[in-house]
Amino acid sequence: MKKQNVVIISAICLVLIFVLGSYFYKHQRSKRLGFMAKENASIFVREHSPTYGSDDAKVYIVEFFDPACETCRDFYHPVKNLMAANPGKMKHVMRYAPFHDGSDFVVKMLEAARKQGKYRETLEVMYKYQPHWASHHNPQPQLLWRVLPEAGVNIEQIRKDMNDPEIAKLIEQDLADAKTLNVRKTPEFFVNGKPLPSFGFAQLKELVETELQANY
Amino acid sequence: MSHIDKMDNSNWTILFICWMIASISTLGSLFFSEIMKFPPCVLCWYQRICLFPLVLILLTGLFSFDKSVVKFALPLAIAGWFIAFYHNLLYSGIIPESIQPCGKGVSCTEDYINLFGILTIPMLSLIAFSTIVILLFILKRRLPT
Repeated sequence: MKKQNVVIISAICLVLIFVLGSYFYKHQRSKRLGFMAKENASIFVREHSPTYGSDDAKVYIVEFFDPACETCRDFYHPVKNLMAANPGKMKHVMRYAPFHDGSDFVVKMLEAARKQGKYRETLEVMYKYQPHWASHHNPQPQLLWRVLPEAGVNIEQIRKDMNDPEIAKLIEQDLADAKTLNVRKTPEFFVNGKPLPSFGFAQLKELVETELQANY
Repeated sequence: MSHIDKMDNSNWTILFICWMIASISTLGSLFFSEIMKFPPCVLCWYQRICLFPLVLILLTGLFSFDKSVVKFALPLAIAGWFIAFYHNLLYSGIIPESIQPCGKGVSCTEDYINLFGILTIPMLSLIAFSTIVILLFILKRRLPT
């Protein structure tokens, strides 16, 4: 056999092993997570987690997010519309993965606003002004104090409530679950415990539709 | 004539083994970062800078069996070996973690994979670079200057 052919065939074999290996790994991961979702659902949905949608829903979107993450911001309205398109059938579980500097401070604000029943409004204000306060080189969550009144919250109460140790415990639990589920980037979505095959809104929508068909 | 041919053949094979090691390491490192989603730390990136070009440089040498390939591949392999060696010192705690150069988020000493208690990712890298360096040195000595 010519030497050149040996090289070419070896290269093809290596690439083939790589592709098969990644297919196998993704398949295994999906199976393992599906098993975890059945046997140990609380890793995905904790009692403390804020949720949108119906309690009778059979399709759960679990999102690990960070208020300072741009991609999470981009997904916010598309996911909201997807929920609105399937009323009563879906539930959106919000889990925290505050990976950016200063994000845990913002999550604490958000949780404090939740006590006033203004969770969604506050999150929307945070996303709206995200380019101003969430620069990666110089995050300034303090700037949020100026815009939070737009959400109709009592600022003084938030300043008091956000230091509640319960909130710190909640964030810690979410981060621990994120680690268990190997969430290293935000946003990370799980639909009924299944991970996205690859990242993107189209993939999320497709997975949701598959689950809707399987459950209704 | 046939003696020289045989000599050439085994030299080519040594180079081929070097290329295989570099290719397997490259694909393996891509598997860790792109498929298993382990974020590569700073030191891993420096080692990758030395490793990835080796695949192409050695490949070029294989196709025309150009003997000067050793001259071009060795500096990369040696530089990679030193970084891998340093990384292993950090990893095993011989150099304290406080002087590690990694930023927040990705630690150079986080244990992602640990086979048989010794085969960590930095260890795999060190083994690969060591083998490549040794083989290239052997090749260097065998080649007529």
